[in-house]
Amino acid sequence: MAPRTASDLVVRARGVRRAFGPVTVLDGADLDIARGEVVALLGGSGSGKSTLLRILAGLDPAASGDFTVPAQHAVVFQEHRLLPWKRVIDNVGLGVDDRTRCTDALAEVGLADRARAWPIELSGGQAQRVAFARALAREPSVLLLDEPFGALDALTRLRMQQLFGRLRARHGFAALLVTHDVEEALLLADRALVLDRGVIAADLPVELEHPRAPDAPGFGVLRRRLLDLLGVPSAA
Amino acid sequence: MTLVAAPDSDVASAQPPQKAKRRVRWQRTISPVLILVLWETASRTGVIAEDKLPAPSTVLQTGWRLARDGTLGDHLLDSLTRAAIGLLIGGTLALVLGSVAGLLRAGDDAIDPPVQMARMLPHLALVPLLIIWVGIGESMKITLVALGAFFPLYFNTYAGIRDIDERLVEAARTCGLNTWQRIRHVVLPGALPSLFLGLRLAIGAAWLSLVVGEQTNTQNGIGFLMMEAREFSQTDVVVLGLFVYAGLGLLSDLLLRILERRTLAWRRGLQAT
Repeated sequence: MAPRTASDLVVRARGVRRAFGPVTVLDGADLDIARGEVVALLGGSGSGKSTLLRILAGLDPAASGDFTVPAQHAVVFQEHRLLPWKRVIDNVGLGVDDRTRCTDALAEVGLADRARAWPIELSGGQAQRVAFARALAREPSVLLLDEPFGALDALTRLRMQQLFGRLRARHGFAALLVTHDVEEALLLADRALVLDRGVIAADLPVELEHPRAPDAPGFGVLRRRLLDLLGVPSAA
Repeated sequence: MTLVAAPDSDVASAQPPQKAKRRVRWQRTISPVLILVLWETASRTGVIAEDKLPAPSTVLQTGWRLARDGTLGDHLLDSLTRAAIGLLIGGTLALVLGSVAGLLRAGDDAIDPPVQMARMLPHLALVPLLIIWVGIGESMKITLVALGAFFPLYFNTYAGIRDIDERLVEAARTCGLNTWQRIRHVVLPGALPSLFLGLRLAIGAAWLSLVVGEQTNTQNGIGFLMMEAREFSQTDVVVLGLFVYAGLGLLSDLLLRILERRTLAWRRGLQAT
């Protein structure tokens, strides 16, 4: 990891701790995210990766440690979490005064024509795109993504990952992407972190050319390394 | 309240099922009409004695007569006023206390246990005590209506707030909404279906309380009309009173359901747009 000055960082967390009763989930995790950098956070089930994201999002008052996250941040969850009683455009505009920003955000995810629809009328993929539009409308300097493609079918997930790549190229936001999908991490992230036993156990730069594909040279090697770090033995 | 309504289909349906629904509605009117016809013929042919149960047509004639000389309208207005005031007092109290108990932990601890205890008292059995406390006048009737309306609305307000998906509140928080904005945009609309249910039950309970309340020492109202008619064995007026009570219940329920359908359009998204 190249040394960075503090002013380059949008997210800086030191010694984050969180215990649920007797179980310590995070035991002094450190995390840096530079301006415009996409960081994937991997880890086994129950490793605390979602807990760390929730702490950074300010949703867990019981956590301790030092962390700074810019006020201009937005969260996308695994479920779309749209308010069913608000039309799509009003969901995007929740807490945003500038309406044109909302229509622009909706257009960017390709759903300008669904602005007046109710969330119940959308497909799972569409609803998740609206959730992304809701995040975009806040013009975030960092996006916190908690397995945002996890609940989608395989085809929709691929399209959403491509959409994420395009949005990122255009807006240049930084992102923390919590995922359990090694390929997703390698397709989208500049850096992959592995959370294990409450700390960041590995920090792996992903230096692959964009656009990336799982059959590109170098991809398989990184994939194998990440799986090793996650404790998944090779099939052979 | 014994109003049986056709089950609302929340499933968004295309054209053909809607046609089937309309046919079912029409079919549902057959048996009530048949019962009315049977009743009418039984009364006319003397199978049912006129002084026990007059024919529906006789009841309607009596209704028309009392409506024309203004008697029915006056008594109806008195009953409606009682119901409205009682409902307003009981309903407001239920909304305020239910919201406090639903939103605040301290409010829950302070308010909910006594309300849960009081719920076990059948409020109509409080009439003797109410008479001692507030007398046999108007305040007794209004108190009874308010008590009847309070409990269903309180419990549904409380449950409506408690049942809101915490994940939605969390999402609103990440969108930068403060507490009041979260109440306005998430809690209130989320609890609204439950509030409507509570209001429907509250209105039903209010009518019931009104019927009981108006049977003790009243000089006006539909209940008085019925009690007075009983003394003179005017069975048609007694049955008319029953018709009016039933009609009031039906009408209020219908109005509320129309209001509910408009307000909760998001639940039937595909049909509304």
